[in-house]
Amino acid sequence: MAPQLELEVNGQKYPVHSDPDTRLLTVLRDELGLTGTKYGCGEGQCGACTVLIGVSPRRSCQTLLGEVVQPVTTIEGLEKDGHLHPVQQAFLDLEAFQCAFCTSGMIISSVALLAQKPNPSPTEIMQFMQGNICRCGTYPRIVDAIQRAAKNTEHRPR
Amino acid sequence: MNSVANKFAAEPERYEFREAPIHHFALRRRDFFKFFGAGIMVFAAAKDARAFQESGGAARRNHPDELPKEITAWLHIAEDGSVTAFTGKVEIGQNIRTSLAQSVADELRVPFESVRMVMGDTALTPFDMGTFGSRTTPTMAPQLRRVASAARDLLLQTAAKEWNTAPEKLVAANAKITDPVSGRSATYAELARGKTLAQSLPDEDPMTPASEWTTAGKSLPKVDGRAFVTGRHQYTSDLRPAGLLYGKVLRPPSFAATMTSCDVTAAQKLPFAVIVHDGDFVAAAATSESEAEEAVAAIRAQWKETPQPSSSELFPYLKQNVDTSEHSDLTQSGSIADGLARAAHRLDSTYTIAYIAHAPLEPRAAVAEWKDNKLTVWTGTQRPFATRDALADAFHLSSDSVRVIVPETGSAYGGKHTPDAALEAARLARAAGKPVKIVWTREEEFTWAYFRPAGVIEIKSGVAADGTLTAWEFHNYNSGAAGIGTPYTVANQHIEFHPVRSPLRQGSYRGLAATANHFARESHMDDLAHAANLDPLEFRLKNISDPRLRDVFQAAAKSFGWPAKKSKPGQGFGIGGGIEKGGYVATCAEISSDDFSGAIRVVRVVTAFECGAIVNPDGLRNQIMGANIMGLGGALFEAMTFDGGRITNARFSRYRVPRFRDVPDMEIILLNRKDIPSAGAGETPLVGLAPAIGNAIFDATGVRRTTLPLAPRT
Repeated sequence: MAPQLELEVNGQKYPVHSDPDTRLLTVLRDELGLTGTKYGCGEGQCGACTVLIGVSPRRSCQTLLGEVVQPVTTIEGLEKDGHLHPVQQAFLDLEAFQCAFCTSGMIISSVALLAQKPNPSPTEIMQFMQGNICRCGTYPRIVDAIQRAAKNTEHRPR
Repeated sequence: MNSVANKFAAEPERYEFREAPIHHFALRRRDFFKFFGAGIMVFAAAKDARAFQESGGAARRNHPDELPKEITAWLHIAEDGSVTAFTGKVEIGQNIRTSLAQSVADELRVPFESVRMVMGDTALTPFDMGTFGSRTTPTMAPQLRRVASAARDLLLQTAAKEWNTAPEKLVAANAKITDPVSGRSATYAELARGKTLAQSLPDEDPMTPASEWTTAGKSLPKVDGRAFVTGRHQYTSDLRPAGLLYGKVLRPPSFAATMTSCDVTAAQKLPFAVIVHDGDFVAAAATSESEAEEAVAAIRAQWKETPQPSSSELFPYLKQNVDTSEHSDLTQSGSIADGLARAAHRLDSTYTIAYIAHAPLEPRAAVAEWKDNKLTVWTGTQRPFATRDALADAFHLSSDSVRVIVPETGSAYGGKHTPDAALEAARLARAAGKPVKIVWTREEEFTWAYFRPAGVIEIKSGVAADGTLTAWEFHNYNSGAAGIGTPYTVANQHIEFHPVRSPLRQGSYRGLAATANHFARESHMDDLAHAANLDPLEFRLKNISDPRLRDVFQAAAKSFGWPAKKSKPGQGFGIGGGIEKGGYVATCAEISSDDFSGAIRVVRVVTAFECGAIVNPDGLRNQIMGANIMGLGGALFEAMTFDGGRITNARFSRYRVPRFRDVPDMEIILLNRKDIPSAGAGETPLVGLAPAIGNAIFDATGVRRTTLPLAPRT
């Protein structure tokens, strides 16, 4: 089958065979093998499938391939030259996960939040992250991790 | 603990699916060295392995005349000094890969980093009943310590032999054996080099007391944590072996519906799909999920549905459908009539508990692959060996033709005991001749998995004028016997669990019925305290004989500032606690009740927990925090609704789970008892929460809520 579309993910351009009405989540996971982005509910309620499209957080289970016009960033695209993104590092340092199935979506959502608001208050964090479910209940550590990442990003050369 | 509590503590919960294993399989000793290379290993012969592999207390099949032909390996030290320990337990987010490695490193006297755990792989790890019942820390950690100390002994003997001295004169430390007299030393790697030494496991080994732990007892970071924050870890649902097909199963329209006809002709004409029609199992596999869905949609099936009770009539239904074919669990002492006659205050209350869902974020998933009539299945299950046996039975294979591998799983909470997805994937894969992956949709997960049992609990009690309990009659219908025994001293008791023909499929759950039984008991204790005009904490302490329970109540109360003074309208404070699975918990909660809307918000929670010697304090805090937050859902708003055999809230937009803004201020107090063997901690921390919240609502509003969830509209 000839590629119908081209999709930019994590700075790399991929020829894509899936139909334009395929969910972005399915394209990422099943066609491109980027399985860091998770299926959790299929209705945009849990946030496990969150990716960045441009700089905006989007539920990839609610996004069709044909709608994507800006570059996509998934969890696999955050680590640069073996260095974790400050948000990843903070999640790791504070062990802000248990089973970690929500972690990719949590980290991507946090990156989007910090891009909009470099120093969010705990209330702002909880507000922004309300759509992401952690069934293991690690929410307080996630709030702490986002604040820690905010702090570490401030002093980080860009 | 009084005798009643003891009895129930020793009784395994019936909802743990505790049948004896049918088969036994393990690598032979020779194969093992071939597989892992030369070095030093510790094994248990299949026969004597039995004693160690308990995980729930069920009787095991016994063939006393059978010689131990097979062995199961527990630990291997390679020629480069790397250590591999083997356990059938699985990692589902409770952090046991880390905590078990800590115990191994500690006992073997090696750096933590040198220990690798192989877990939940039926071809490589010793048999295990399953990862449930908070048994990993109290049984598997000591087991691995025995294993590690046997390896240490073997290393000491090996060095002693080479140096022509006695092993007692040598010291094992930091992955080295040293002779303090001659100053001679050899690393474990040097001692293992070129050898194939094996040590069988002695029955009892002296183990290092917690006061001398070096690696255990510390907050070490999660093993492989980096794989999780980078998305690199592959859960079952992420696996993509070459040639993979995606499977979909045709589900009945309602519970207990039976298929009357099924026409797969149209579906079979689709060029891209493999269709399986085997009895009531009808399913499709295709190269993409959407094609598999399309194929299932082309199947024409007719069903006969039968009337089913709805959630609105659930509790009378449970009372009317006691299953008399199953024995009830009854414990009694003294006379309830006498106790009530001696009481100054008598109470009679009924509590109800809804069905709730585990809702693990990774739905049930399995990948199955057949090669030369041998089956390998990767699946997120808490019972890899039981899943292997179910697969062997279903496909008429010997158990050594089936291998089940459990990758680190996207949680389970007691919800992943059944082999459903594994069987589905394996059946499709056999027909397709290619590997097949099944990942349940969220709706399937909410409908076709199983639920925490609903229940009705009735309590009759009496208390003397001075606050001494005189009578305690407790009946639990359906929700289960875990945590049913009262930890309070009362001479006249009648405590009974009544099995019921449940309208929904039900099973294990984090905390099991201990959550329901603690909710009812601790809510009732609160009412009794008020009847006797005593402070709820004072009333409890008056009737507690177990000092460990007293300690957690006092620790929680102290940090919370109990008794607290109300400073604003709608404010309320509550306390609850108990003993379960060897752990002791007390929880204090502050809530605010909106006068106008009646909405309840949990503002602050203080939990004191004691589970003997703490293995990993940070991991323990994470578990207690998680138990409280998950527990908030069941306490406040989670409930399955169903009608006509259909779940009517089978999605996250209709089934509310705790989210960021539900989280209260939380304080966790750990009581570290190094003098007491470690108990598990994944479940018990949550049992005090619901009653503490219910009691706080009563304190704020004067209204006693007797239902779980307490505030469904919140």
